[in-house]
Amino acid sequence: MTSMRSPMARARGLGSAKDGTTHWWSQRLSALALVPLVVWFVASMVAMAGADYVAVQAWIGSPLVAGLLVLLIATVFYHAHLGLQVVVEDYVHHEATKFAAIIAIKALAIVLSLTGVLAVLSILFGA
Amino acid sequence: MAEFTLPANSKIREGVTWPAPEGAGTVKAFRVYRYDPDSGETPRLDTFHLDLDDTGPMVLDALLKIKSDVDPTLTLRRSCREGICGSCAMNIDGVNTLACLRAISDSRGAVTVYPLPHRPVIKDLVPDLSQPYAQHAAIQPWLKTDSPTPPDHERLQSPEDRAMLDGLWECILCFCCQTACPSYWWSEERYLGPAVLLQAYRWLADSRDEYTGERLDELDDPFRLYRCHTIMNCTNTCPKGLNPGQAIGHIKRMLVERRD
Repeated sequence: MTSMRSPMARARGLGSAKDGTTHWWSQRLSALALVPLVVWFVASMVAMAGADYVAVQAWIGSPLVAGLLVLLIATVFYHAHLGLQVVVEDYVHHEATKFAAIIAIKALAIVLSLTGVLAVLSILFGA
Repeated sequence: MAEFTLPANSKIREGVTWPAPEGAGTVKAFRVYRYDPDSGETPRLDTFHLDLDDTGPMVLDALLKIKSDVDPTLTLRRSCREGICGSCAMNIDGVNTLACLRAISDSRGAVTVYPLPHRPVIKDLVPDLSQPYAQHAAIQPWLKTDSPTPPDHERLQSPEDRAMLDGLWECILCFCCQTACPSYWWSEERYLGPAVLLQAYRWLADSRDEYTGERLDELDDPFRLYRCHTIMNCTNTCPKGLNPGQAIGHIKRMLVERRD
């Protein structure tokens, strides 16, 4: 394919993106944030096992709970899209396919997180 | 996209079996990868039966015994036979290591010998390492300074600063770690790989070097550095007992440290 290029030309490639630390560090920080958020969420779900619809709705209707749920949803999808992007970059080496896959992952993360956040807010503000 | 079938040259057929010499005492089988790209034939696995009573203790001794007494066409790299040159790096019983440091007695059954994985094969156990060599050269593995060399003495370094290089300078560039890294297999064009990143850190950690920032700029890249997913095959396989995974972690920490 590019076998006529010297190994040095291939090693240097297009040069350093001078970026990548932001992605990696964001992934680490969001992972850290997810530890307490997920523990809180799982503990709350266990505590509410068997509760009826009205009780759960009232629970989500509290500003503190709604705030934490919004944070949890946003962080989950932010972290997931960062991680999935890395998986795609690892395994998909066709540039156009890779580009399309990463855009699709980002779009899906935005749609799903917005859906979740708006669901929480609609319970908080009315329903 | 991903490829799910092996290319023809990765399908290995059964090769020649060489019997043990007459009157052999302790016989051990060596299954050795043979491939000559110029022949047009696919790779094969030859079986050599050696008399261990008449062979040195290391796998390299056995390979040289095969080359001198059984089949002189067997091709491999070797030089120092004491683990300091890095030439005889190969995959023995599924582990990348140096044939000169690997005891035959470490293998229970037959000793299986392949070249380093995921590199083009030049012949038999000789892989083409021109790409990792170029990647190593690309990180400029030498002391870079603007300050002139002091006229009457060396560039000084405290014992503590010198100790920062321990665990780094010992690397012999055998590329056992580099070729054991799945991330390097998938992204060898853009990922520098554990051996090269350990060397990159060797110069980042050198108190005498004055180009730390520029070196970090060159590494701050989603592929060059951040393809490392701490799989740690590198550290597990290093025949010198070094820790490339930790060195890469130190580079990531330096990149975070210099942010706002």
